[in-house]
This record gives sequence, structure tokens and C-alpha cells, in this order.
Amino acid sequence: MTKDAIRQAIVDIIQEILPDEDMGGIELDKPLRDQLELDSMDFLDIVMELRKRYHIEVPEKDYMELNTLGSTIAYLEPKMANL
Amino acid sequence: MTQRGVNGVRDAYDVVVIGAGLGGMTCANRLARAGRSVLLLEQHTQLGGLATWFRRKGHLFDVALHGFPVGMIKTVRKYWSKEVADRITQLRGIRFDNPQFRLTTDYTREDFTRLLVEDFSVPAATVQAFFDHTRSMNFYDDDGRTTRELFEEFFPGRTDVVRLLMEPITYANGSTLDDPAISYGIVFSNFMSKGVYTFHGGTDEFIGLLEKELLASGVDVRTKARAERILTEPDGRVVGVAVNGVTVGARSVVSNGNLKSTVLDLLDADVLPADFRTQAEAVRINTSSCQVYIGLKEGETIDYMGDLVFTSTAPTFDTDAMLAKEVTSRTYSVYYPENRQSVGRTAIVASSNARYEDWTGMSEELYKADKARLAEATLDDLSRYLPRIREMYDHLEVATPRTFERYTLHRGGSSFGTKFEGLPVSQNLPQAAPGLFHTGSVAIIMSGWLGAANYGVIVANEVDKYLGRGQET
Ligand SMILES: Cc1cc2nc3c(=O)[nH]c(=O)nc-3n(C[C@H](O)[C@H](O)[C@H](O)COP(=O)(O)OP(=O)(O)OC[C@H]3O[C@@H](n4cnc5c(N)ncnc54)[C@H](O)[C@@H]3O)c2cc1C
Repeated sequence: MTKDAIRQAIVDIIQEILPDEDMGGIELDKPLRDQLELDSMDFLDIVMELRKRYHIEVPEKDYMELNTLGSTIAYLEPKMANL
Repeated sequence: MTQRGVNGVRDAYDVVVIGAGLGGMTCANRLARAGRSVLLLEQHTQLGGLATWFRRKGHLFDVALHGFPVGMIKTVRKYWSKEVADRITQLRGIRFDNPQFRLTTDYTREDFTRLLVEDFSVPAATVQAFFDHTRSMNFYDDDGRTTRELFEEFFPGRTDVVRLLMEPITYANGSTLDDPAISYGIVFSNFMSKGVYTFHGGTDEFIGLLEKELLASGVDVRTKARAERILTEPDGRVVGVAVNGVTVGARSVVSNGNLKSTVLDLLDADVLPADFRTQAEAVRINTSSCQVYIGLKEGETIDYMGDLVFTSTAPTFDTDAMLAKEVTSRTYSVYYPENRQSVGRTAIVASSNARYEDWTGMSEELYKADKARLAEATLDDLSRYLPRIREMYDHLEVATPRTFERYTLHRGGSSFGTKFEGLPVSQNLPQAAPGLFHTGSVAIIMSGWLGAANYGVIVANEVDKYLGRGQET
């Protein structure tokens, strides 16, 4: 997957979890929690969705890599490059 | 369709969930939607666990629908459906009536701030600091303080403020001033944001909708199906469940039953490391409840008196007095016909906290007499608000800790799971017995409708991880 495709994949997942949020203006390097009503349960949902859709495991110790959209893309890039 | 018993179950499933409380149901639904094959076993005839109801001669009584936090809307919407979430509505009036104060509130942060500042003369900065502090509390950073110490820091000597802040939480989860401050802080902030909510139509309609969703998600749902044993390899790895005398294979098992029963009764004694068993044995369960259900005659209506009325005749807040068999503190939940169109009658449920020990070890005769006494005392107390109550009702029934034990198999009839130390036992169970998970009320914070449902989701994620991808049963 390209970087853009990965970005789209993450945005799609978050949009499904938070159907009422506007995903248009998400900034890459601002914490997702500051831009969206994302709580810890939502992060779990993202992790579970990544596993279901792409067979990717995000171990608990790496959860902080999902802090911003940018850091999430960077973290997932090596794991999703071959998909 | 939900079936009774285990006729026609498959040989094996990815997951067998034992218990259809809100934790078990939410976990099962989530895993089925993630593509796992799921068997859900419930020993009772009804799903829902403590989130339950019963009908009597034209009356409908809700057992555990007094109110839940706003977070339930999001949880139901995400893990169940928008249709179900849209039926959640806010309670209009929550009343307090005790020797220290009388007031009505909508239980929002704004209104509590107003009350504390204007009626209780607490400085606004203190109120804000207290709310911010409780909101920032996390279950993974326990500072070891008790709830008593938390209140001492913010409101020294203010027994009235402590009562306002603590009494509803004690009703909601049986916690006391000696429980960890974080368990109080987390539950309190969940409630104290946008008020208290209920399900329009009642528990029966709520659970009915969840059942439809479970079936649509492909969960094999069975009632009258009691899990007798969790089967393991000698190394502790889970391989199945014995239910109604039949063996069903399982790559993983989630128990929504009581934590102590799961560890100490459903597993063979020698599968778990001895120190884990010892740790589980040491977990204290929470206290139980008594309830008096009062159904008003057809055509009898009452003026709006609040949805939830916290009453007490005890001079100050006192958890021992709240648990005592001589009841001085009661919560009345009033169910008006507008919210129960299917019934069209008013029901009042009086709840109090109770100790299992006070209601066991006696003759049937004494037990009956004690129940009758509780009913009478409740009618006397209620007549302070509804002087004609004795003429207004045509059905009255009492539930005790024994009733709760019978219907949910919870040890000691525990209404609210375990004390805080239950959390590591629940969470570390898969390390002791790989493939075995526990979900459902533990540690105060994971209890209540919202806590149990969310814990179901958290555990579903762990189960899904354990099962891995690419080898579905
Ligand atoms: C009187 C009372 C009032 C309450 N009021 C409220 C309220 O207003 N708001 C709120 O949020 N919470 C309230 N609660 C708490 C809330 O109802 C519970 O915390 C929550 O419903 C518990 O869900 P759970 O997932 O832990 O499962 P439980 O409800 O405990 O269900 C466990 C299920 O497992 C089944 N089971 C156990 N063992 C087996 C077995 N071996 N085989 C098959 N099945 C088995 C049981 O039959 C049961 O159905 C109240 C509780 C009580 C008792």
C-alpha cells in the first residue's frame, strides 16, 4: 500500500467508528484526541479493525504510536507496505 | 432464533461465551461481527443477567434500570446499533431527601457545580478542582488513596457534601469510603458529565433488541444452558466447555459468570498455578441488594415525583447503616406509564444495599417474615411521599440477596461484582489458563451497564488477538 492508501485506510476505520465526525480537516501532526471525540475505547476499536481488515497486530506497548494521524501512518507503513 | 438447551450445537466454535449478562452479550456480538463463530450459553431462560425484568399480573418490573451514564449511548451505538442507542433518554429529575438536605438535580456537572457553590457554599475553585481531579483518574495509576482520603482533601469535615457526592455511587455499585479513590473517581466522573440516562421502553425491550442483533450477527444463542466445566489441556490451555452434559469444543472461552466461580468452580483445581488460585480466593465480592417492587393498580396515577429519589433517615452518610437489615436508606425508582407504553401502569422499585449474611442461614419461616417486614417498612417510608400508597398498589414483591444469587449464580448474590483486587485476577486469567478470559462486573469500575458492556469489548479485543487470523473454526 502507498502512504496515501494507508492514510485513507486509517481514515476509513476512524470514520466507521465515529460516523458523526467530520474527517476532512484532520491535521497530520496534531494528536487525534485533540481533533476528534476519540476515547480509549475508540483506540481499541482501531486496533481490532486493523487486525480484522489487514491482519496487523498493534501490541499494547505501541499504542502511543497511534497518537497522531502522521505517527499512525509512519508506524503502519512498514507493516502495510506489502499489502 | 434463540434456542433452549444445547440440541444441535456444533462440535466446536472459535469462542464459547458463558453467561449472557451485558458483558458476555457485548463480547459475543463484537466477536461474531469480527467474523468469529460464537456460542453464547445462558443458564437462565432470559438473556441480560442482572439487567433484567419480570412480569406479574399486568405489571412489568425493571430490576437494574435505575440509570446509567451518558457514555452508554456511544457504547450501544458502536457495539450494537444506532436504532437501540436512539432509544436512550435522559432522566429528568433526581431527588435527594435526607436529614442533611433536600434537593432536586439533573445530575449534570453544571447543576452539581451550582448546587455545591450556592447551596453548600463550597468555593467554585474547589468544586472545579475536584471535578478535574476525578476526571483525570485512570485505573492503571492507582495512588493507593481511599475515597475517604480523597474527600478529606477536598471537603474536610463536610459530611453533607460527602453525602451528596457519595450516596448515589454507593447505591450504584456498593462501594464504601474505604474503597480506592480511583474506583470512586472513575464511576463518579462517568455519571457526572451529562446526567443520568435510561432506556425508553424498559429493560425487556432493550434486551430484546440486543438479542435480535446477536442473532443477526450469527451468534448461536442458547438459554437454559448451564456451563458445568471449562475443559483444558494439562498445561491449562482451554479446549472446550461441558454444558448440560454435552462437550463443546472451543478455541477460547469467555466467562461472564462470577469471577470467583469461574476460577474456583468451573476449572479443575489443578490447572491453575497455586498462587493464582490463592489470589482469586482472596478477592472480596461486593455486597448485594434488596428490592421491593410495587405495582400500582390500573388507573392509579401519581404526579411526577422525580425519576430517582435517594432517601435516607440516617443522620449522616454511613455505609454500614446503608447495608443494615433495618433499612434507613432507600432509592426509589419511579417508572411512569409514558415510558412503558406496553404496560400503561406505574411501578415503583425501592432498592437498598444489603448483606448476604443477613438473609441466609435462617428458617424459611423467618425468611418470609423478614421479607414481609421489609415490605411493610418500605410502604411506611413511601407514604411520606405518597400518603395513599397502601390503597394504590395491587402487587408487591420482595427480592433479597438470595433472589439475586438464584437468578445469576453470583456468589453471595453480589450485585456489583468484586472489589478492586478482582481486576488483576480477571485480566491475568489468560496467562494462567491460555484461551480462558473473564468479562463482566469486577473491581467496581468495570461494573454497571456501561462498565460491563465496555469490559466485554475490551475482552473481545483480547480474545480476537489470541485467536489470531487465518484459522477460523
Ligand atoms: C438491584 C440492582 C440494581 C442495579 N442498577 C443498575 C443501574 O441502575 N445502572 C447500572 O448501570 N447498573 C446497575 N446495576 C448493575 C448492573 O446491572 C450490572 O453491573 C451488570 O448488568 C452486570 O453485567 P455482567 O456482564 O457482569 O453480567 P451479569 O449481569 O452478572 O450476568 C452474568 C450472566 O451469566 C450467567 N451465568 C453465570 N454462570 C453461568 C454458567 N455456569 N452457565 C451459564 N450461564 C451462567 C448468569 O445467569 C447471568 O445471566 C444494578 C445491579 C443490581 C443487582
